[in-house]
Amino acid sequence: MLIIDCPYCGPRDQSEFSNGGEAHVKRPDGSADIGDREWGEYVFIRANPKGIFYERWVHSHGCRKWFNCVRDTSTDEILKIYKIDEERPKLDSFKNNVKTPSGEPNLGSGNFTVKK
Amino acid sequence: MKKKYSIFSIAKNALKGHKDWPKMWRSPEPREFYDVIIIGGGGHGLGTAYYLAKEHGLKNIAVIEKGWLGGGNTGRNTTIIRSNYLWDDSAHLYEHSLKLWENLSTELNYNVMFSQRGVMNLAHNEHDIKEIKRRVSANNLNGIDSLWLSKEEIQKKVPIMNTDNLRYPVLGASYQPRGGTARHDAVAWGFAMRADEMGVDIIQNCEAHQIKTKNGKIEGVETSKGFIRANKVGVVASGHTGVLAETAGIRLPLQSKPLQALVSEPIKPIIDTVVMSSAVHAYVSQSDKGELVIGAGTDSYNSFTQRGGFNIIEETVRAMVELYPVFGKMKMLRQWGGIVDICPDASPIISKCDVEGLFFNCGWGTGGFKATPGSANVFAHTIAKNEAHQINSAFNLDRFASGKLVDEHGAAAVAH
Repeated sequence: MLIIDCPYCGPRDQSEFSNGGEAHVKRPDGSADIGDREWGEYVFIRANPKGIFYERWVHSHGCRKWFNCVRDTSTDEILKIYKIDEERPKLDSFKNNVKTPSGEPNLGSGNFTVKK
Repeated sequence: MKKKYSIFSIAKNALKGHKDWPKMWRSPEPREFYDVIIIGGGGHGLGTAYYLAKEHGLKNIAVIEKGWLGGGNTGRNTTIIRSNYLWDDSAHLYEHSLKLWENLSTELNYNVMFSQRGVMNLAHNEHDIKEIKRRVSANNLNGIDSLWLSKEEIQKKVPIMNTDNLRYPVLGASYQPRGGTARHDAVAWGFAMRADEMGVDIIQNCEAHQIKTKNGKIEGVETSKGFIRANKVGVVASGHTGVLAETAGIRLPLQSKPLQALVSEPIKPIIDTVVMSSAVHAYVSQSDKGELVIGAGTDSYNSFTQRGGFNIIEETVRAMVELYPVFGKMKMLRQWGGIVDICPDASPIISKCDVEGLFFNCGWGTGGFKATPGSANVFAHTIAKNEAHQINSAFNLDRFASGKLVDEHGAAAVAH
């Protein structure tokens, strides 16, 4: 369970927040002209990385404001929280420790984030 | 040699102290080339290899698995089997699976402990009643056994249930008598053993790192045991399917989230059916060992940690104690999470893609176990024939462009 540092209210229990999925998704320009496939991708497909993920949260049971967050989905570690109108932080400022697609040691499928 | 299990082989081996049981499958090193590589050694993947060998005559097949067989979601689910889905496409797919379940122990000569103890889906409000009655009627039109139970009938079947004195009273339920549970490991092991007998190489501790393609055609898979060439690759990696697809430059409409479950200490038989409630987020059955197997919900955020948040467990336990006050002082033994890949329409993808020779069987979300033999059967057909079986033709990738979704949010056990 996460403790999320709301940029307006400070650190609160995750149960106060709702997740809004991937952040920085841009609606394609000229939607009248683009094909079904491209439109379908915009509507249905979101990034789903094992590792660094830019996502949105809303403090539903608090200030009810939206903000963005960078979280490592292989460890659930929150790396950065920033306001919705701030620039997307550069990836290289975070250390990505995922080496393989599963992000786990070569032998066994144990969950290394638990063993750590 | 075909391994047979009978009361005589058990007696014979018991006398010898169980030291001479043959290995159930070989542990070969990967060859350089296979006709088909299946990525993922869970029930769906092993079943796919089994049906490819048995029904489509392919022999040069490998199943590669990063850990051990059935160590992913096959070993992490709550083993519930049913086919009471709303839409025709899903009903046909899950019913195909249920029919295969009914004969699976005989077919594999391996006891998968399939127990048709019935599955109940509870209604807690006016909307639930309408929705569930509609689903019962839809099931009956598709020839699936499904009936509506009144509150009194539920009380008769599950006397320990508190139907009145709770926040969301129990008003009725749907009931599928042919539904039930099965032993999850046995399904993976049974398929593995029989596939191995037909020459399928099952390679454990072999993680797929990258799916390699060239000019829109599959080349092979880069693994922790080196590069393996293949004519066709089927990806059945549940929560990690999207991650693997990405290595081939394919984006799938999947989001991976932890889904949790827990088991209690073993007790005497107290509940002889499966009871599910998506409205209050709890479902329960009793294992043959006597443990209550309890299913919880998914976390709201994407994650690959096989844990999940404690708040989800709290919600489920709260609902359990309200529905079954008699469980109030029971101790829980274990809790775990599995990473499920959820599609926007809560229906699976069993499909080819733009890359020639690359196939996906994913998006089973919170309810893949029940589909294991059916999914494997039609996926094997799709791989062998390069086109979908009639049963899985609706579960293609194109539906996310055409908009012809199979919206099964209502029939999913866990609202997501």
